[in-house]
Amino acid sequence: MVRRLLLFSLLTCGIYAQDAFERNCIACHQALPATLQEMFKHYLLIYSSEINMKAGIKHYLRYPTKDISAMSDLFVDNYGIKKKSTLSQKELDEAVDIYWEKFKVFDKLK
Amino acid sequence: MLVSKNKVTNSLLKSEKKSLSRFLTLYIAMIMFMILLLSAYYYQTQEKLMLSSQRATLFKYAFIHTKRLKVLHHFFDERVKYPRDPRFTSAIYDTDFKEIFSLLNNKNVRFDKEVSIVDNHIHFLKSLDDYYLGTKYIIIEVVDDGIWREVIWKNIIGYGLIAFFIFLLFGLYLAKLFLKPMRDSIVLLDRFIKDTTHELNTPLSAILANIEMMDTSVMIEKNRSKLNRINIAAKTVSILYKDLTYLTLEQEKVNHDEEIDLQALIKNRTEYFDILVQSKHLKYYLDLEYSTMFVDKRKITRVIDNLISNAIKYNKRGGLLGIQLRQGELSIWDTGIGMEESQIPFIFDRYMRFNHSEGGFGVGLSIVKKIIDEYNMKIEIISKKDEGTKMVLRW
Repeated sequence: MVRRLLLFSLLTCGIYAQDAFERNCIACHQALPATLQEMFKHYLLIYSSEINMKAGIKHYLRYPTKDISAMSDLFVDNYGIKKKSTLSQKELDEAVDIYWEKFKVFDKLK
Repeated sequence: MLVSKNKVTNSLLKSEKKSLSRFLTLYIAMIMFMILLLSAYYYQTQEKLMLSSQRATLFKYAFIHTKRLKVLHHFFDERVKYPRDPRFTSAIYDTDFKEIFSLLNNKNVRFDKEVSIVDNHIHFLKSLDDYYLGTKYIIIEVVDDGIWREVIWKNIIGYGLIAFFIFLLFGLYLAKLFLKPMRDSIVLLDRFIKDTTHELNTPLSAILANIEMMDTSVMIEKNRSKLNRINIAAKTVSILYKDLTYLTLEQEKVNHDEEIDLQALIKNRTEYFDILVQSKHLKYYLDLEYSTMFVDKRKITRVIDNLISNAIKYNKRGGLLGIQLRQGELSIWDTGIGMEESQIPFIFDRYMRFNHSEGGFGVGLSIVKKIIDEYNMKIEIISKKDEGTKMVLRW
């Protein structure tokens, strides 16, 4: 019993040690051939600015369809459209903010 | 009518000068405004021409830079070195005009114009359809050497000055054309006076001489007063005759300057005018100290005669005629109709008369001014409407 409790505690602590992006995005995307970085660049090509891009990603995660996907038709046909996100607004905002900060172009060019 | 000009009318009258200066001021202001307007239009056109000639090159640079951005986008973030080119500098902005990266020397970018000049730099703006690295706008910057501007300024100043002087000459010609009728009428009047003056001399001398010779003691009172009136009229005409003769004939004669006893001369002239003074029931106020002046007697007599004559002519009945003489200063005043302050600068203009109730051609003060200018004297006029006028002559 004590062992089970200890294992549960460790797992819980491990999950909450991760941020919203790591918790909710990385696990699923690891299985896909296109990295999150590549997807970010696809979004950049379409939305350009931070505000537009974040709004575009959030909209897609809430209402995913083939028409508004940033990925190519070939990719969508092969790997399909993701399921609707059930994350809370706060969780979603946090995850998208982290995603932007992680891969944004600003301050990286030299 | 063919009208010849004499020496006197060649100089401009004050009213003519005023009309001429007003016209020329307005004309020059209009020309300058027009030249400035044309210069601004020319400058803008030349600037547009220069920018359109630069546009093709800048467009090529922007195209090259877009290709490089595309490559960088695909290899980002393994490669993070922003593409550089020795021919130009550049910057990239997102759809919210936020700077993604910039190498511009002048970061004051205009997003409303395709090609713009910003402080010696030319900026070319290209909008992208695919936002490589999030880029919506590429700015290509090259240095503006400013040679085109120097050429434009040289042209504006050069051609502007030429146009200005041509228009100025044309304006002077126009002004002369407009003033010609005024001038012609003055010349015509001069000619008329000159011609008629000759005819006045003999009858006038005969009248005055015969009046002097008449024995008034044997006359009855009625006839004596009639003779007085003839005498007054003849003297008035005589003064006018002398003025006109001076104006048309005598003023060009050589001066015979000598030391003149002004006290004696003024006494003599007041006696001459006595009959006119009496006819208006004026009172003399004479305060004459001994004073001399080195001058032509004919000319100073004309000055004194005209000043006294005006003081009589424009005085009120029963008024005062004052004459005060000091060394270097002669004052003659009346208690007559006076003048407005605005009229004073024009009283020396020939044929200028503010009061038409009295006779005359308006030449008296014009003669006075000519003589006092010739002898570098100064005249001060103090006048108040309905109170009187004081003329102060200084030498």
